[in-house]
Amino acid sequence: MAVAAAAGTALGWWGVPLGVVAGAVRVSTPFLFVSLGECLTERSGRINLGLEGTLVMGAMTGYGVSYLTGSPWLGVLAAGLVGAVFGATHAAFCSLPRVNDIAIGIALMLFGIGLAFYIGKPLIEPQAAMLPSINLGWWSSVPPLRDALRVNVLFLIGVVLAPALVWGLKNTRWGLILRTAGESADAALALGYSVNLIRLGATMAGGFLAGIGGSFLSLYYPGSWNERLSSGQGITAVALVIFARWDPMLCFWASILFGGAGAFGPALQSVGVTEGYYLFNAAPYILTLLIMIITCSPRRTLTGAPAELSITRS
Amino acid sequence: MPVAGALGIEAVAMTKRFGDFVALDDVSLKVAAGSFHALLGENGAGKSTLVKCIMGYYRPDQGAVIVGDRERSIDNPRAAHALGLGMVYQHFTLVPAMTVAENLVLARAELPAIVDWRRESEALEGFLARMPFRVPLDVKVSALSAGERQKCEILKQLYLERRLLILDEPTSVLTPPEADEMLGLLRGLSDRGEITVLMITHKFREVMAFADEVTILRRGRLAAQGKVADLTPDDMARSMIGAEELTAAPARLDRRGEARLEIRHLAALDDGGQPAVRDLSLSVHAGEIVGVAGVSGNGQRELVEVLAGQREASAGEIRIGGEAYHATRDEMRRHKFSCLPEEPLRNACVGRMSVAENLAFREFDRPPFAFGGVWLRKSRFREEAEGKIRRYRIKTRSPETPVGMLSGGNVQRTVLARELGERVEVMISANPCFGLDFSAVAQIHAEIIAARNRGAAVLLVSGDLDEILEIADRIVVMFNGRLVHETPAGRADLVEIGRHMAGH
Repeated sequence: MAVAAAAGTALGWWGVPLGVVAGAVRVSTPFLFVSLGECLTERSGRINLGLEGTLVMGAMTGYGVSYLTGSPWLGVLAAGLVGAVFGATHAAFCSLPRVNDIAIGIALMLFGIGLAFYIGKPLIEPQAAMLPSINLGWWSSVPPLRDALRVNVLFLIGVVLAPALVWGLKNTRWGLILRTAGESADAALALGYSVNLIRLGATMAGGFLAGIGGSFLSLYYPGSWNERLSSGQGITAVALVIFARWDPMLCFWASILFGGAGAFGPALQSVGVTEGYYLFNAAPYILTLLIMIITCSPRRTLTGAPAELSITRS
Repeated sequence: MPVAGALGIEAVAMTKRFGDFVALDDVSLKVAAGSFHALLGENGAGKSTLVKCIMGYYRPDQGAVIVGDRERSIDNPRAAHALGLGMVYQHFTLVPAMTVAENLVLARAELPAIVDWRRESEALEGFLARMPFRVPLDVKVSALSAGERQKCEILKQLYLERRLLILDEPTSVLTPPEADEMLGLLRGLSDRGEITVLMITHKFREVMAFADEVTILRRGRLAAQGKVADLTPDDMARSMIGAEELTAAPARLDRRGEARLEIRHLAALDDGGQPAVRDLSLSVHAGEIVGVAGVSGNGQRELVEVLAGQREASAGEIRIGGEAYHATRDEMRRHKFSCLPEEPLRNACVGRMSVAENLAFREFDRPPFAFGGVWLRKSRFREEAEGKIRRYRIKTRSPETPVGMLSGGNVQRTVLARELGERVEVMISANPCFGLDFSAVAQIHAEIIAARNRGAAVLLVSGDLDEILEIADRIVVMFNGRLVHETPAGRADLVEIGRHMAGH
């Protein structure tokens, strides 16, 4: 006990980078799932800004189902399914003529958040079963290191999912068709595909992943259900897709970066720096702002942007 | 082995209505197997409607399609594809962000769930080896030239083993040598009995050189039909436009004066931040029309946008009458600058505002339209508009009709009336006749030449080389953001210009 404590303090300022890395793995997971989901949706030519609402609905549903059934994995599945239903709703509205996907997204975001708070009221008190983690730090006797190496299973799934999506977009029928719909609706129509159906599938898949991202919030970290659970991760993840140039692998790295930025404040606090705590906690938002300023310019269109997105289509 | 060889097709008594409008009125068309058939007509004559009925995009109100020797009901494009009919559109249907190989594989009717790219590449190489022309497989379509893209579209149809190809204005984005090469290849394929070709066009030269038979439509009806060998371009033109009287262009007066518009070392970036106009210098003299030829996408659009004030130059300067010009409203007014941009509804009009308001854009806050610089006098808007509507023959229900409700030709006439209504000293014009019918084209050309005769310096940017050859005094060729060739129009050599347009 004494040794561990000594080692912990001996870590000193090294605790900050360690905390950031550990935080990056932990905090990045919802970013990762939402951004991979949004990446899929946007590659099909549609923007779903409603993923923040989907995320919160997923968190509430996941927590509720885990509490009722005792199985956190059933909670994750239910969160994904609710997300898919939200995605289908978005797609259904957007397939109507003269409907703007951005406006529908914002409406669904507000609707999802409100609905989750309304249904989720009784879930604030009870304790649901949590998701397991894998302890990769068993070999170390330094508690902060062991903590840092405790990796959640959803993160590992995300690690596999990102390259799998890159591969799938290039090498499968669905990937090619989805990209066609996103790059040229005319081409997809000329090939005899229904652009609306493709986008329905892509938006549902995106919602499914965002719902899972939400269940991580309530079932792993922070690991409870309350109304302050999401601090805009959903909407940040949407911005992150632009930063990642619509590439799933870059979405992964961008999520890690944002996760790390989010862990910066708490890591500083853990070594005793409490001054400017709220300022450091704003790191992800400042990062978002900086990235947008650097990568977006009114004089050029974004490279890599699917040509059918309502923001790039001319 | 799939059934191979050219396929004949016959459309019988096709009629298609859109509401009250009869787009196609009892038109019949017979295309023999292995022939090269041209479908001629003005914009809105019903050519596209006819082929879209054949391809299953539209359901004709009356009429039938006979493919080979049997009547077929073609309800959608897939059914047409299954019968061996393929279509190459005016606008490319390749996905620009994907490679050629991806585009070809994607087009197949049955796409495997998981694509084995190594095997597909080998199969595609094998297919290309049998073709009369080839394209690089692993290059993104966006990196191909327009000519290569069009070849790629045709290769795609052949890859899909289509036996009858319908081509909708396939040469509109090609240089003349590229167009000849491509049509020659198609002609070769039809001569060998591999495919039948039905080509929509408005270029007589191509009809005379490549087609066996021609069908001419006018206002949704069959105007003429027959063997190309029996017809002259004059016969065809008369069938296309009917008895309509065209505006005669005024005689050219030799009034060339001092350099009015001077562009020096101009550079500009495109929307992607890449250089589009590079170190371009050009002067246009008073009383002169300088035609900028080139395949679209070589920086012409960006050049015009800089001149019109829609885009910032990244380097260089523009001078008008010896003074620096930055495309501000004051400078445009002082220098009597006018502009006929391409896509006028998007670049020069506000679609939801009335014809009268659009006509007054240049002067709306000055007397006589306004007093005190604030109060507008709507009655003057109306009076001025009525005069211009008459003078420029703008077909509109009233001066209060939103300009967006007008046909393309009348939108362009509205812009023409505004931009040429007053005295003009410098005029920029980009593809002013794109998509317009003969009577509108004749009128616009006549007005441009008249402005030149009154001493205006005119810069005409056009993707249509015929237009430039017809009205320009001097021709420059733009390629990859630079001017690569200059020649007086009187001594222009089509082959030479085509070579420079293609960048050789």
